[in-house]
Amino acid sequence: MFIGYFTERPYQDPKSGYFGATGKSIMDLNVSNEIYDAQLGSDLYNRYLDEKIYAEEMGFDGLMLNEHHSTPFCMGGAMNVEASILARITQRAKIVLLGNIIPIWDDPLWLVEQLAMIDMISRGRLVSGWVRGTGRESVAHNVEPHYNWERFKEAHELIVKAWTTPGPFRWEGKHYHFRHVNPWVRPYQKPHPPIWLPGVVSRDSLMWAAEERIPYLMLATEMEPTRQAFQLYHDRAAELGYESGPQNIGYLWKVHVDETEELAEQTGRKYVQGPSNPFLAGNEGTTNQALLQLPGLTSRRRVLPTRDVATAARGGSAGPGGVLSRPYEQQIADYTIISGTPKTVIPKIRHVLETIRPGSIFFWDGDGAMTHDDAMRSLRLMGQEVLPAVREIADELELPGPFEVDPATGKPYVAQVNGPADIPAEAVVADD
Amino acid sequence: MATGAQAWTEQSVEAAGVSLQMVKGGSGAPLLILHGELGHQGWLRCHDALAQDYTLHMPSHPGFGATERQEWIMNMRDLAGWYLEAIDDLGLHGANLMGFSLGGWLAAEMAAMSPDTFNRLVLVGPAGIRPPEGEIYDMFLAVAKEFLTAGFYDTASTPEFLGVCPDDVSPEQAEAWEIAREEACRLSWRPYMHYPGLPNLLHRLKRLPTQIIWGREDEIVPVSAAQVFNDSIPGSGLTIFDNCGHNPHIEKTDRFVATVREFLTS
Repeated sequence: MFIGYFTERPYQDPKSGYFGATGKSIMDLNVSNEIYDAQLGSDLYNRYLDEKIYAEEMGFDGLMLNEHHSTPFCMGGAMNVEASILARITQRAKIVLLGNIIPIWDDPLWLVEQLAMIDMISRGRLVSGWVRGTGRESVAHNVEPHYNWERFKEAHELIVKAWTTPGPFRWEGKHYHFRHVNPWVRPYQKPHPPIWLPGVVSRDSLMWAAEERIPYLMLATEMEPTRQAFQLYHDRAAELGYESGPQNIGYLWKVHVDETEELAEQTGRKYVQGPSNPFLAGNEGTTNQALLQLPGLTSRRRVLPTRDVATAARGGSAGPGGVLSRPYEQQIADYTIISGTPKTVIPKIRHVLETIRPGSIFFWDGDGAMTHDDAMRSLRLMGQEVLPAVREIADELELPGPFEVDPATGKPYVAQVNGPADIPAEAVVADD
Repeated sequence: MATGAQAWTEQSVEAAGVSLQMVKGGSGAPLLILHGELGHQGWLRCHDALAQDYTLHMPSHPGFGATERQEWIMNMRDLAGWYLEAIDDLGLHGANLMGFSLGGWLAAEMAAMSPDTFNRLVLVGPAGIRPPEGEIYDMFLAVAKEFLTAGFYDTASTPEFLGVCPDDVSPEQAEAWEIAREEACRLSWRPYMHYPGLPNLLHRLKRLPTQIIWGREDEIVPVSAAQVFNDSIPGSGLTIFDNCGHNPHIEKTDRFVATVREFLTS
């Protein structure tokens, strides 16, 4: 079992009017940055890095970051900057990027170099996830939504080739053109850092992950459709002649641990009291219909079971206006939020693991309106009581993570190193 | 769509390797009409009036309506080049050409590539040039109905508005708009709805009589672009309709038809 820690790093501004229990709903792309408070922003960036350091101390295997643009719900507009800092100030945990929005960059070679440098400085602790991004990202960086999927696949091929094939070589694709590919920095891990793929809606993406034997992670989806979507992955793997398992699938959801049940209830409610976030059920904000209908971004027909119950704000079909569509209580009832003392939280996590059988999990905490103290209390209790118990449960349920069993081969790693034990001969030669 | 006095047909015709969905009606010299970003708007009152003197050819561009998208067409110049071959195949050399909005941009590109192919050119609120004042409305940050509504100065006084933008949108219409928006997106995402070289290329139209028609209150393509078109095409005529938005052919049908007739017969 691989256990990671995640927060979306919201811009928490009590004087913004969209914060707290009575905060106004936000419509995507409708908040001007003129209200940005530099002191507050600076404090928050440092707070979130401090929490990541503490999460490592408390025993988390992975520190997860993500990236969004032009929005207060996620301050990670340049996630690789945060990852670069973590590469140097942490020692052991994987730096899990879920992920770089590869279709929106016209120069994927810049990512090739950034990510290889992060892998170098962290001495091989980078997990390099890709995402396709939402409409917000396509608009913010003005990249053709209709070519999102084509660009995703071409950028992936280009990046992997640049990491693994000695240069210089030329790349003449449909969307990317480079006459001299020869980045000096090469990744620490061989043949390259693991690539994972998170998602919610697109069937194309999930099937692609299964075809590439790339671990797929569901982000804060409800359990039953998540199980169904993972079954699609396992079925596709079987069709392709390999057996996928827990090492191929991951699940992120909201887990908060606190000292008393009362405090857990009070703090858990803060998930839905920060700036609106289309991914935070219960406080998704007001749907920007035009953004959802950005032409060609995601196939309108090839969608996943998780999409049917995803909120409209998230690209799903359910939920009329997208405002407060799933109350906190309902999320507690269906385990998409688990908040309590270690004693009550552990059996609930067990239930999720039994139902979905993931090899990687990520606790999404310290978000919404939660303070630094809220986050630190939870991290401490997770480290002291929850993580050891969850590891035991995972062993009992036989849920190996992607660093115990190789997602690409289904075989256990011979020795737990920073990547597969079977390093292709050509990669070794190339590196020497 | 209401059918007027003039008969029209809708069929699929083969042109330049594509099955082109084509509405055709009227009699007289050919008039090729290129629709805008949301696709063919149906047989309108202005079509009925013009069909008395002209044979109207109204194709749905590749990627719009029932005409299949051509993956290789990635920008407006690709589409214009394809259309010139389609014109060869359809035997429409010497036709009059009229384009609306995105279709106006397309018509301008086609005419600049091959001015001798056409008899006369009418551009109605064309996209294609970055307005010196104001910005072209971002259709991809609006839903189809919002965008359509923004294209009129006064919807309440425009009986035909509900024909092109009904209160209750059928699933077929909604789907057609989505298909159109996707192709419009492919043609115009960046630079948004214009091609920086177009003003210079348009100079070649000095050999082609050209009429530009614009609504003064156009909120889709600001009227400041009209002057650039006018200045870029030597000898072109510019008529600006007052109290009129982006759809002069629907909002001011009588004046529109009279202006086009007068120009085509002058």
